[in-house]
Amino acid sequence: MSIDEKTAARVAKLARIKVEPEALPALAQEFTNILGFIEQLNEVDVEGVEPMTSVTPQRLKRRVDLVTDGDQPEKVLENAPDAREGFFAVPKVVE
Amino acid sequence: MSDLTKMTLAGARDALRKGETTSVELTGTFLKEIEGAGALNAFVHHTPEIAIEQAKSADERIARGDAPAMCGLPIGIKDLFCTKGVPSQAASAILNGFKPEYESTVSQNLFDVGAVMLGKLNMDEFAMGSSNETSVYGNAVNPWRRGADDTDLTPGGSSGGSASAVAADLCLAATGTDTGGSIRQPAAFTGITGIKPTYGRCSRWGTIAFASSLDQAGPMTKDVRDAAIMLEAMCSYDEKDSTSADLPVPNFEAMLTGDIKGKTIGIPKEYRMDGMPDEIEKLWADGTAMLKDSGAKIVDISLPHTQYALPAYYVIAPAEASSNLARYDGVRYGHRATLEAGEGITEMYEKTRAEGFGPEVQRRVMVGTYVLSAGFYDAYYNRARRVRALIKKDFDDVFAAGVDAILTPATPSSAFGIGEMKDADPVQMYMNDVFTVTVNLAGLPGIAVPTGLDSKGLPLALQLIGKPWEEGDLLNTAYALEQAAGFVAKPAKWW
Repeated sequence: MSIDEKTAARVAKLARIKVEPEALPALAQEFTNILGFIEQLNEVDVEGVEPMTSVTPQRLKRRVDLVTDGDQPEKVLENAPDAREGFFAVPKVVE
Repeated sequence: MSDLTKMTLAGARDALRKGETTSVELTGTFLKEIEGAGALNAFVHHTPEIAIEQAKSADERIARGDAPAMCGLPIGIKDLFCTKGVPSQAASAILNGFKPEYESTVSQNLFDVGAVMLGKLNMDEFAMGSSNETSVYGNAVNPWRRGADDTDLTPGGSSGGSASAVAADLCLAATGTDTGGSIRQPAAFTGITGIKPTYGRCSRWGTIAFASSLDQAGPMTKDVRDAAIMLEAMCSYDEKDSTSADLPVPNFEAMLTGDIKGKTIGIPKEYRMDGMPDEIEKLWADGTAMLKDSGAKIVDISLPHTQYALPAYYVIAPAEASSNLARYDGVRYGHRATLEAGEGITEMYEKTRAEGFGPEVQRRVMVGTYVLSAGFYDAYYNRARRVRALIKKDFDDVFAAGVDAILTPATPSSAFGIGEMKDADPVQMYMNDVFTVTVNLAGLPGIAVPTGLDSKGLPLALQLIGKPWEEGDLLNTAYALEQAAGFVAKPAKWW
């Protein structure tokens, strides 16, 4: 399958990665090559095979629904690029 | 004692317990070696204060007669592991300045048994790469060279700094992580030993995630005995990782008898690739003969879906990566782009991620986004997960038929020059993992053992693949192979 520039731009948007318009043709070509490699999977007969969900047959453990951690807002915010008054700060989201 | 750095973990452990040296002396020696090895660019964050503090406290423990498995032994930690108060940025600009407020379970386990951290080790960005050329810190360099040719070679990747540091005697051992071959391929390129345990053996908590269903930590060491010692120290059941295995961790070192009489070793025909170099072919045949001479039964086996492992991996790993790396949004940690007037939250995300992620990471996040997007999820992602189930079944079938371990080459070539793959298609670079990636998809333990040198004087390794949870048996087979191969070559010091 060949990926066009429009699709490449849409994928970049979905991934929230800014790609300059002049970089789109090369990006589309790279996607085309990688997806061409992946296309081989169509040769495999997967009829009746369940998609793998866990590589080791295990059931996820249950635990008691209890608060085990918390009360450390300073530590949580310690690495934030912008934190104010005990909160993460971001540009305005809602007009 | 000038050859302190040449010791193994086991040798240093015994010397410390006998009082022949101290952890402070040992640690000081390594810190000096690291200072003189800038050309290898293996250690990217140095932690001498922590190392000396830990060494002092280890010496006190030993003096009290309390000397656990790795007490006083200086090691390096891959930058993928979160280490409290110490930069941990997965070799990415997007985590510039990030200092975790917590310790990864694996590094905590190592510290609990007395290990000393010398610093953090170089790697490919977010562990995505096979040559350590995608790192924000620049390339790590292989201490091995092609004879008199002074071309810098790659130590492999993604655990390139770990491999380089252990091979160059800058630490006794190092942690690595392996999502598609990132412990075994660099170990093979640098003539050291590296094991990826069964998925679930090592807790993933506090290890920066790449592809959660494939990622496993493991040790990179100078020999198989050291791998056994350090693997046991790293493994544990951990409530904080929902896929962590609640199984007892055996004493792996005690299982190294070297006796493999009556074991059945499978040789998979699908790993005999077209155009495989004669040297690799010969290495593999020699290794097979060594195991046979040690009393193992050799059988030809078939793993029919092998050729589909790499394409399946290049759907599943990017898909999981696109999801895992969504957290790098410039809000909670790391880099945030500077905004122009009028730009809002979407521009912040897009600019932050464009500035913070390197080209290979961006490529994989976007491929993952594509294969998970509406209309393609079934055709790509679900199909890849079905193929993955078939790849695992291939292994289940041969183990059920009585095979104890599988012998394959570890890599399709020896270490290549830095920059030599620069103009290659990304898919060509992905071929480095052709022999290792099946093991991650099937969740199995795999180990790379150096067994020879090629015509350029570079190390080559074989891979042994074991049954789930039977790392002890696998390590013992690897030990027998190591004894038979007698690989002792070391790189000549040029750095």
